[in-house]
Amino acid sequence: MLAGNPFVDPFTSNEFMRHALVASVLVALVCAVAGTYVVLRGLSFVGDALAHGVVPGIATALLFGVSGVVGAVVSAAVMMTGVSVITRKSRLSSDTAIGLFFVGMLALGVIITSRSRTFVGDITRILFGELLGVTTSDLGWLLVALVIVAIIATIAHRPFVLMSIDDGLARTSGFSVPFFHSLMLVLVAITVIASFQSVGTLLVLGMLIAPAAAGALVARRVSTMMLIAALYGTAASYLGLLASYHYDIAAGGSIVFVAVMLFGVTAIISAVVAHRHDDEVPHQHEHHR
Amino acid sequence: MTTKFPISTNTIAKTMHTASCTIKSESLAVGHGHHTIIDDLHLQLMSGDLLTLIGTNGSGKSTLLKTLAGLLPALAGSVSVLGSAPGSLPKRVAYLPQHPVSSHTLPLRARDVVAMGRYAHLGLFRRETATDRAAVGDAITRTGTSNFADRPLRELSGGQQQRTHLAQVLSRQAEVLLLDEPTAGLDLSGKYAIAEIIAAERARGVTVVLATHDLQDADSATAVMLLAQRVVAFGPPSVALSDDNVRACFGFTQPH
Repeated sequence: MLAGNPFVDPFTSNEFMRHALVASVLVALVCAVAGTYVVLRGLSFVGDALAHGVVPGIATALLFGVSGVVGAVVSAAVMMTGVSVITRKSRLSSDTAIGLFFVGMLALGVIITSRSRTFVGDITRILFGELLGVTTSDLGWLLVALVIVAIIATIAHRPFVLMSIDDGLARTSGFSVPFFHSLMLVLVAITVIASFQSVGTLLVLGMLIAPAAAGALVARRVSTMMLIAALYGTAASYLGLLASYHYDIAAGGSIVFVAVMLFGVTAIISAVVAHRHDDEVPHQHEHHR
Repeated sequence: MTTKFPISTNTIAKTMHTASCTIKSESLAVGHGHHTIIDDLHLQLMSGDLLTLIGTNGSGKSTLLKTLAGLLPALAGSVSVLGSAPGSLPKRVAYLPQHPVSSHTLPLRARDVVAMGRYAHLGLFRRETATDRAAVGDAITRTGTSNFADRPLRELSGGQQQRTHLAQVLSRQAEVLLLDEPTAGLDLSGKYAIAEIIAAERARGVTVVLATHDLQDADSATAVMLLAQRVVAFGPPSVALSDDNVRACFGFTQPH
């Protein structure tokens, strides 16, 4: 009996798997671009806050039968304003204030969803996405998001890199730090809004951070880091979906799990390589004989 | 206390450049928020001048440099750099912060970090030209960073990183250099190299303001300002660096 190819067939014989693969690769690409700057600037926590902060907006939108994207946009705007006000005015450390703010938003999201009769389904859908239910129009929106993210990255690459070293450096190089900081938050918000339908708000952070962080460990240039992030994210999408299909496990979770595993393996390998590198000089004598 | 010292410009007579006023302040007060550190400062620096700021940590050196760089607002009085408000001419003024942060995660080679000094000229979109590449190459050669230019910043020693950041500042080819302890973490040869670079920059008409702990850095200065949360002394090195002034600044007399 001729067995099908288990690595290709799931995608060739199922339209929902093809859509899921295209969607998750588009998410991976969006996240590679945005994640690179987020990791360089150390904004992971703010990314997390934004990802959770959009929950009440999406929940409200779903409750009123409006597109979740509309709700996500509104609540992302609220979150970004909140985060930037907190960063400037807070007398607590901004981690504490932002953390409380996003947990508050998340709680509000849960409260709103709990009014809905399909509570468990709704909250699961928001937090973990619905990758296997992606439609053609969803793919269109992801493509739009990718184009917008690419445009922002092209415009702001230089100030973003300067700010990853030091805000003062960006300022004394003639770039407005408040403006480009806000633009980076917009970049993260667009990524979160574009990605929540596929991987969900809880898991989008993994796609945003893990591939870019792996890239940062390996790459010597920012452009290489972004490329590695894109490759890792794409690999995680494919492997995660494959596992999800064959073992009947949640698609979004598998993808993010693979992405984090890939990061872990890369971190261990790069630590071992760096360790060997440190030892090179004393060892040379022994190898010489 | 009024600190007034019109700096003589005889050093620039040797150069091809016409002496012109580059940094000017009147009744300037600098500090953080409501806390004034230096008050009523009258400065007038010409092209080719070197003003050396000497003092302990927290004496106000960095605060004055940040104010000149436009990173801190002047608390009172007026200050202009190249005739404009501080921070408004990024192409013509370069600032080296005291401890440039070098996170380990940054995937940047030393060469890329140096090239970032040209971003002020390039803005958001302009592509690098031969001029930019030449400026970067020149800065790399002069600071002795060539040997490790292609290595990632995170693999470099503190001294190598310091040279890299200095190269970045030089690559801008600015008319005013604001250097906050550029010799920190450098060995003797590094210190000599930086003294040579400063002399060469002044010879082409650049105004340098240099913060340092090291009294020797002050010998060739046009003017020296001793700081201890106030201006202890301000004048040509021979006058400002009297034993009494140095003792008032550091609390003891440094071997000089």
